Amino acid sequence: MSGKPGAPEARAGAVDMTHGGGGRAMAELIRDLFQRHLKNPALDQGHDAAVLDVPPGRLVLTTDAHVISPLFFPGGDIGSLSVHGTLNDVAMAGARPVSLTASFILEEGFPLGDLERIAMSMARAAEEAGVPVVAGDTKVVERGKGDGVFISTAGLGVLPEGVAISPASARPGQAVLLSGPIGDHGVAILSKRENLEFETEIRSDSAALHGLVANMTDAVPGIAVLRDPTRGGLATALNEIAQVSGVGVVLEEDAIPLRPGVAAACELLGLDPLYAANEGKLICICEASDADTLLAVMRAHPLGSESARIGFVVEDAGHLVVMRTGFGGERVVDWLSGEQLPRIC
Amino acid sequence: MKYITEFRDGKLARKLARAIEREADPGRRYHLMEFCGGHTHAIFRYGVQDLVPENVQFVHGPGCPVCVLPVRRLDDAVELALGHDVILTTYGDMMRVPGTKQKSLIRAKAEGADIRMVYSTQDALKIARDNPDRQVVFFAIGFETTTPPTAVAILQARHEGLTNFSVFCNHVLTPPAIAHIVNAPAEPGETPVRIDGFLGPSHVSSVIGWAPYEPAARDFQKPVVIAGFEPLDVMQSALMLIRQINEGRHEVENQYTRVVTRDGNRKAQTLVAEVMEVRDAFEWRGLGTVPESALKIRAAYETFDAESRFALTPKQSREVKSCECPAILRGVKKPTECRLFGTVCTPENPMGACMVSSEGACAAYWTYGRKRGEAVRETAA
Amino acid sequence: MCLAIPARVISLESGDMAIVALEGIKKPVSTALLEEVTVGDYVLVHVGYALHKLSEEEAERTLQLMAEAGVLAEELEEMAGTSLEGAER
Repeated sequence: MSGKPGAPEARAGAVDMTHGGGGRAMAELIRDLFQRHLKNPALDQGHDAAVLDVPPGRLVLTTDAHVISPLFFPGGDIGSLSVHGTLNDVAMAGARPVSLTASFILEEGFPLGDLERIAMSMARAAEEAGVPVVAGDTKVVERGKGDGVFISTAGLGVLPEGVAISPASARPGQAVLLSGPIGDHGVAILSKRENLEFETEIRSDSAALHGLVANMTDAVPGIAVLRDPTRGGLATALNEIAQVSGVGVVLEEDAIPLRPGVAAACELLGLDPLYAANEGKLICICEASDADTLLAVMRAHPLGSESARIGFVVEDAGHLVVMRTGFGGERVVDWLSGEQLPRIC
Repeated sequence: MKYITEFRDGKLARKLARAIEREADPGRRYHLMEFCGGHTHAIFRYGVQDLVPENVQFVHGPGCPVCVLPVRRLDDAVELALGHDVILTTYGDMMRVPGTKQKSLIRAKAEGADIRMVYSTQDALKIARDNPDRQVVFFAIGFETTTPPTAVAILQARHEGLTNFSVFCNHVLTPPAIAHIVNAPAEPGETPVRIDGFLGPSHVSSVIGWAPYEPAARDFQKPVVIAGFEPLDVMQSALMLIRQINEGRHEVENQYTRVVTRDGNRKAQTLVAEVMEVRDAFEWRGLGTVPESALKIRAAYETFDAESRFALTPKQSREVKSCECPAILRGVKKPTECRLFGTVCTPENPMGACMVSSEGACAAYWTYGRKRGEAVRETAA
Repeated sequence: MCLAIPARVISLESGDMAIVALEGIKKPVSTALLEEVTVGDYVLVHVGYALHKLSEEEAERTLQLMAEAGVLAEELEEMAGTSLEGAER
């Protein structure tokens, strides 16, 4: 994957083994590329470990690994995605993120210009989110032993008083809300996959959701479940919740927001948008009596303007997710088995 | 989506449902075989069975090219990829189908085989152009719909002088399979499947037209309605079959008039006939050896035929014992009557092809059908 | 079997190729299997090939027939005095 031609500050050269050797080349790479863009007081201390002041409350800690092909896609890249994904993992516990760390595994030969683009995109995403990257690490592997760049992150957050969100908390009678249309990220990625290329206006929905979540927990601290339906999509996330909570879920197909372009791309490739990945959406399960309040709060936030109530939780010993189709029938919405592959039949 | 969404309209579905209820004689049962996996998929995906009376039953046929491919041919493809150092290209559908000892292409890939999923034969040609020092084999599967794109690729490869491209041809033919299902005697211990009429293939028929089904309809006195793949198409076709059955007719009717004509796509037929010819016989999983039911590459295009370019070793291919794929493909058994279904055999760990393909009857039952689980399990017990 | 989707031809390209569009998705497809094709045609797309043209008149006619099938049944029911229409609502 090469950088966009004519990108500003296109840095020449490529990663070589000396960049991971612990010597001057590595120090320069870290200083010129990572520290320069990701600048913040904690990182600037120059320690191997960041020393942090943390607000009072219980801590939430998550770790996330990011491998993606292509590295750059409509609406984002591996840099912004690694920030958003980690922040969302913290936010889905109901916590306010405080800081991030990032490790880079670079493949020998990876263009430094692309690496800088990724670092800049990461810096921008962290800045917009108001959460600094306070520690990092870099290693280099030989050509052929990596896929350009892998990023591993950690996210630290603090849980506000009175919030107890858990995937095991769904109970019959509760409402299922969704913060917007599904499948944008999955389709944006597919549109750039080799051999599948198609043109689309659809962009990844990659976004940090902790601002939206903060508004939601402020309005209704007793939210039962929050989950970002990433890999495996809406269907898989709901099945996980149903399994862990020991309940069933009923969905209304017509209520699930879906962009026509995403629906069309899925038709062409034989995919089901229920299983397509999202990187900036959340599922919220709450008491039915809180649903309208939460929907109003969600719709007032730019990342939740297309929020909808898509179903409800039921008792079901089989822990099935069932969808009432727009056509008038019912069908089981199963877990995704393996990767969803484009099909011809 | 124009010409898609309209044919999934719930209001029209209720109208058709009422018409079916009105016209289906409560005193008789209608066993309608949908030949194609596309129909099976639509029936489950949209819950069509929920909308028709109980005495109108859909019997799932063998029209899933992934499902009917015998294990030996898949083992051959694995051998090509692992043993002959080729780049094996194929459609995504084939990747997870288990071969002998559960070895699928995805497992072969993990063992180091260079296997690449393509969306189109054009992509396979491009891979051949980009890798002039490697042999590139396209593992071709599919019915008459999918055959013309393979023929075009071979003609294009010849035109471009591509010497590193060949096709492992597994294209099969629909009308002989339909005739075989109606004709075949039941296996010992099996109750023969009862079929009162056929929902005929939609996209296959866009290529071959609807005329080729006339002999089967006439000789076996079974009505055939060429049916589109959208759920309203399926319902309207069921209604047309019910009318024929009620009136004692057995004609070929065409519901899918927006795409299918009597003669089909002549240009596609000509291109296929230029490159391929009918095999004397071909093995189908479930149906056994069916005469004149598949295509092979003509001798004039031998250099593009992977079967003549590479020496494939004969092998003892074996399906999983007690996998009921064969009986399910014949419509004799339902997936829930298989001992492995849902226990040993799941989409995560498929034992047979019917659990892999999204059109396979087992996968469809598993994915969409469990809502009706209680009733189904009783039948199985 | 045989996943194929109708899409509209928006431009003709060299080498028997065309660009088709479906709800803003644009994809190159081969037109090698069609006798002739013009911009604006709806074609059935299967594995990157336009397989057949779609007849817009026939599509409308089919939808019409579907609508009428229901109406006819309703009329018959009304004649028999057992309309299900009310029960459904």
